[in-house]
Amino acid sequence: MSQSITAQPFYKRINKAWLIENKSLIALFSLIFVVSLLSPNFLTVDNLLNILRQTSINAIIAVGMTIVILTAGIDLSVGSVLALSGAIVATLIGMDVPVVVALPVALIAGAALGAISGIIVAKGKVQAFIATLVTMTLLRGVTMVYTDGRPVATGFSDTADSFTWLGTGYVLGIPVPVWLMAIVFIGAWYLLNHTRFGRYIYAVGGNESAARLSGIAVDKVKIAAYAICGSMAALAGIIVTARLSSAQPTAGMGYELDAIAAVVLGGTSLMGGKGRIVGTLIGALIIGFLNNALNLLDVSSYYQMIAKASVILLAVLIDTKQKA
Amino acid sequence: MTEAILQLQAIEKAFPGVKALDKASLNVYPGQVMALMGENGAGKSTLMKVLTGIYSLDAGQIVYQGETRSFNGPRDSQAAGISIIHQELNLLPELTIAENIFLGREMTSRFGRILWDEMNAKAAALLNRLKISHAPTTLVGSLSLGEQQMVEIAKAISFDSKVIIMDEPTDALTDVETQSLFSVINELRDQGCGIVYISHRMQEIFSICDAVTVLRDGSFVDECRVSEIDEDQLIERMVGRKLADQYPRIAITHKGCRLAVNNLSGPGVDNVSFSLNQGEILGFSGLMGAGRTELMKIIFGAAAKAQGQVELNGQSVSLNNPQQALAAGIAYISEDRKGDGLLLELSVKENMSISALAKLSRGVQLRHSDEVSEVEKFIEAFNIKTPSRDARIGNLSGGNQQKVAIAKGLMTLPQVLILDEPTRGVDVGAKKEIYDLINRFKAQGMSIILVSSDMPELLGMSDRILVMHQGQISGEFDALEADQETILACAVGKTLHKDIA
Repeated sequence: MSQSITAQPFYKRINKAWLIENKSLIALFSLIFVVSLLSPNFLTVDNLLNILRQTSINAIIAVGMTIVILTAGIDLSVGSVLALSGAIVATLIGMDVPVVVALPVALIAGAALGAISGIIVAKGKVQAFIATLVTMTLLRGVTMVYTDGRPVATGFSDTADSFTWLGTGYVLGIPVPVWLMAIVFIGAWYLLNHTRFGRYIYAVGGNESAARLSGIAVDKVKIAAYAICGSMAALAGIIVTARLSSAQPTAGMGYELDAIAAVVLGGTSLMGGKGRIVGTLIGALIIGFLNNALNLLDVSSYYQMIAKASVILLAVLIDTKQKA
Repeated sequence: MTEAILQLQAIEKAFPGVKALDKASLNVYPGQVMALMGENGAGKSTLMKVLTGIYSLDAGQIVYQGETRSFNGPRDSQAAGISIIHQELNLLPELTIAENIFLGREMTSRFGRILWDEMNAKAAALLNRLKISHAPTTLVGSLSLGEQQMVEIAKAISFDSKVIIMDEPTDALTDVETQSLFSVINELRDQGCGIVYISHRMQEIFSICDAVTVLRDGSFVDECRVSEIDEDQLIERMVGRKLADQYPRIAITHKGCRLAVNNLSGPGVDNVSFSLNQGEILGFSGLMGAGRTELMKIIFGAAAKAQGQVELNGQSVSLNNPQQALAAGIAYISEDRKGDGLLLELSVKENMSISALAKLSRGVQLRHSDEVSEVEKFIEAFNIKTPSRDARIGNLSGGNQQKVAIAKGLMTLPQVLILDEPTRGVDVGAKKEIYDLINRFKAQGMSIILVSSDMPELLGMSDRILVMHQGQISGEFDALEADQETILACAVGKTLHKDIA
């Protein structure tokens, strides 16, 4: 039965089910199409690279968020983890610690911070929303105490210069953060589709007690998911810090919401167990393109929020309609 | 015979992958108790769900009080005078008995204030009629399961229903509660109520029912007076063949002790010891809540153990979680497929291989081709009917879901296979296939624990039968010498004799 479907030519597969299945991709292309008609500056290589660079921060966070949401969890603490990891990496670079050392330290710190949330969720049996609300507030407080509420500059050493390249540099004409985003997505795709751990993520989110009876170490899988999410937030923190040459203690506030929005737009179920990483990339790109388009069209930032909210609401409504 | 008050005529209903009802019919007469009989999966519950409008029907018609009707939900059918008491309770534990009985139709004054006194008084009258000795202001959550069942019945009666359907009402009741339920049923019958009584308990059918309708594989088989039929004839009509064909027992070749459980205790389990030989099927009988599933979960490491030990092939093994149990060679197939047995959103392939992924990987990477060939092997060997290995398992029929669940356990190459109610909700044809599979494993020397509430299945498949009552083992029987009555007596704790072989 499935063979006969794949044997059909492409245009014959475009039916209602196909449209619903690929709605986020269709939304993305319609968005690009409409805006390119409205603004001549939109479809230029410079602007597209700009959009990708701006999207990369949210997209990288959203990768971690996808993994956590697939386990039927949520992580509100990503913004705080981003800020604290940024402060840590800025301090290290300011002390002239080589980039190859500072980066892994910051990423591991992010993973450890994420694991704290994971342990509270898995071992403490606290609802993910509450647990990460706590760590969000806690880690923001720790960041404030650590930085004394002031930015942490990376200084003017050679180390600082090479660190800054992570946020502002180009490789083959493409910004470094975009490369990092690509690597992260390929890594997450491999993890979710080609490793045991990936299968376990879906199993835990789909039915936790069934996963446990199937011999999956549910707690470990959950903690690992939050740790991965934390290290993704840390990577985003590194890029933000590198771009500004300093770590802001208030960095990343509200980023969790954009990340969750990207995941949801990408079709991943907040109930867990269902979703694809490619969807998250599309979701993040929709948000990125939308932001850029609204800027190009001179829409005030106040209206931008309303527009963004409407798009997300629409997407979610389509999703629930299709389930009913 | 009097005119039927409710007639279900040639009802058909199909689900993806299975035809649940195929010309099922049922007549309900005023002032009579109609037993609805059939094996698990014969379509009894589906038929009742079609009647109350939970499922839409594909063909056939419902005639109620002389008119063709269709109901669009339990509320609708209840308003028309058809009440149903489900196997699963639909009560809110944090509300009182009276609040539960009058939920959604509270008695109120003109301004919406609840008239507590009147509501409680009316509830008290209902409880009195059922001989329940609780105040209507008691929280439902504080009642025993049987008492909660009686509250459900009180609720159904409060609707002044003309037709009351009872789906396995005595499953959780004690003997005394069953007796008072029967006196209420007699009372309702005298008042001209039509009652549908669904139960597997033969004695109850013969003591309380007037007539019986038999369904098999979703089809109407027969309607007759209870006085004109005996137990064997009834079973024959339900099963469609002689019982002997259903359970092809094979001889065993014991090769020593495989599993020994010594003084195991834990939540719901009290000091249980038993042993299991190689190539043996050990049946576990007992009523709901007797501690069978709890015992199996402790052995499997899925529930906490208070004390005791488990020996596998003479070696003491520590089983603190399912990972350790699977690694040691013990697999457990849950009784609750939808609850904790299957990953309903995932595919057939992903469900089947989930416990054995370590064997199907190189390092961290899954070997997809190995996984596919292994899964295909089981689909073929188990005759699993699925559109493809990538189909969502939730879309398969109960029998095929169960085969996937068993395959999942077998992929870990277990020495001990624990099957908890392996044929619950499985249609008759698939049941036979599952029995054949179990026998095949037995022939290969695998040790099998079969937990089942289906008495003929237990008697037909097991080599030995252990009976549990209140967390303890209350009897042990050689399956060839055991009979239904003795096992049941043991299960209710009447005789605590032990004739351990």
